[in-house]
Amino acid sequence: MEQKKLDPRYKVANREALIGVGIALVNFFIWYSFAYGLGSKPVEEYQFILGLPSWFFYSCVLGFLMITVIVWLVVKFLFSDVPFEEEEQ
Amino acid sequence: MNWGVAIPLIIFLCSLFFFGIYATKYLKHGPDFLQEYFLGGRNLGGLLLAMTMVATYGSASSFIGGPGIAYNMGLGWVLLSMSQVVTGYFTLAILGKKFAIISRKTKAVTLNDFLRERYQSKWVVILSSICIVVFLFASMSAQWIGGGRLLESFMGLSYQSALLIFTLSVLIFVVIGGFRAVAITDTVLGMIMLIGTIIILVGTIIAGGGVPNIMEKLTAENPNLITPFGADGSLTPLYVSSFWILVGVGVVGLPQIAVRAMSYKNSKAMHTAMIIGTLVTGAIMLGMHLTGVFARAVLPGIEVGDTVMPQLTLTILPSWLAGIVLAAPIAAVISTVNALLLLVSSSLVKDIYINYINNNATDQFIKRLTLSVTAIIGILVYIVSIEPPDLLIWLNLFAFGGLEAAFIWPIIMGLYWKKGNAYGALASMIAGVGSYIIIDRLFPDLLGMHPVVVPVFLSFIIYVVVSLFTQYKNPTQQQQIIEKFWYVSK
Repeated sequence: MEQKKLDPRYKVANREALIGVGIALVNFFIWYSFAYGLGSKPVEEYQFILGLPSWFFYSCVLGFLMITVIVWLVVKFLFSDVPFEEEEQ
Repeated sequence: MNWGVAIPLIIFLCSLFFFGIYATKYLKHGPDFLQEYFLGGRNLGGLLLAMTMVATYGSASSFIGGPGIAYNMGLGWVLLSMSQVVTGYFTLAILGKKFAIISRKTKAVTLNDFLRERYQSKWVVILSSICIVVFLFASMSAQWIGGGRLLESFMGLSYQSALLIFTLSVLIFVVIGGFRAVAITDTVLGMIMLIGTIIILVGTIIAGGGVPNIMEKLTAENPNLITPFGADGSLTPLYVSSFWILVGVGVVGLPQIAVRAMSYKNSKAMHTAMIIGTLVTGAIMLGMHLTGVFARAVLPGIEVGDTVMPQLTLTILPSWLAGIVLAAPIAAVISTVNALLLLVSSSLVKDIYINYINNNATDQFIKRLTLSVTAIIGILVYIVSIEPPDLLIWLNLFAFGGLEAAFIWPIIMGLYWKKGNAYGALASMIAGVGSYIIIDRLFPDLLGMHPVVVPVFLSFIIYVVVSLFTQYKNPTQQQQIIEKFWYVSK
């Protein structure tokens, strides 16, 4: 009977999938809290950044750039290189 | 014909031929025809992977329909559309390395290959093939009609000849070049989409006298336009958030997207693609929808949402520049259609014919069959698009959400949960699609969310419950699957 062990690469894969869920949660949080936190005020009290209402600027412009940077950092520092081809052992 | 606009478009369509034909040179050398034709030899680098995912996902609605709604609804709709940024990284992160490893272990070339190996069930594969063929044929046809209409309005041709030109320009390179041609042209198309977005956004801001000026005009017309709640206040936070399922995380379940997560070369390609994908998706979605809102200050009073972007482009830009911008939606349509065409063809040839009808076919025969099936499907779509039947339009409405509800859990749980089995997968697919159609028809406002949300949760519960109830039915088979998928020899 052949000895079998759990594919060690799956540890990495599972961890990275969870990180993916984490980024999505952070993304949602930034998007939601700026949009409805700042955007629920009466329009007369809106502040404007680069001409855009601040809720929109933070949620959709800055939030989008933040997420891109977060993805970049996560991929660079938390994701690891694993070989995909079947290793002959 | 407006030659100023038509010439850039003609150059664009011709250059597609060039890139498509260029890609075919790989096809001749590929050792494994099906893997090369349907998956580009599993050899995509980061840029190609990112661009083919973005371009396949971005369709006519990102460039025409969506901005048209934003024109009427205001910034709230841009907020909603920004839920799509998540698609740039989420699919790759979730399916990620596991999908890449498993599809190599099992030599899977299509999504159905994966499902077949994972669930060892003829019925799962057949049901999934039916979903893919029916839903994707309908959505392909809808995009095809959109492509024809766009060419018709931009170039002043009749709908029929526009449709023919569109068909020829898509069909030839897809049929000859397969997945690699699709990925390479998608990269070019994605760039065009991005450049077009930037040009029209900048042009609109200039035409409107700067962003502050535009905002002032919008506020004067209706202050709700610059709130997150929509011009009529109808966009509740819950409703807008529910789009995170439909056009955000649920996109993992779209077969045309999921299959791309099998196609990359190595970890590095996936990492790069996540960054580029997020940036490009976000830039296109933000740019196009924001342009739609700004257009209201520049060209007020447009009645039909779908005509906002074409009218805006032709009004504010010089015609040669307009030609480049108008190439963007056509690029979006072509890059979606080419992916769907290949997927439908792979379902018929590989998943149905080779698996269940004739698994002894010679390579030469398979090659000829694949090319002819792809061509025939393309021609069929062209024929039905000339006068689209109501059934097709109806099916297309359900295609996006229906595919998500059908596939999301069989894919994700199949990858990450050892106890998931064929019964769970089948039940979840049927429940997902069925409940989606019922809810959409009968209770479209269920709980104030998009109708896809409840089916996605329901199909999850059913997958888990049915899998648990049937876990002792085929213990040996399940054990073999687990060993194959999760274990390696010491």
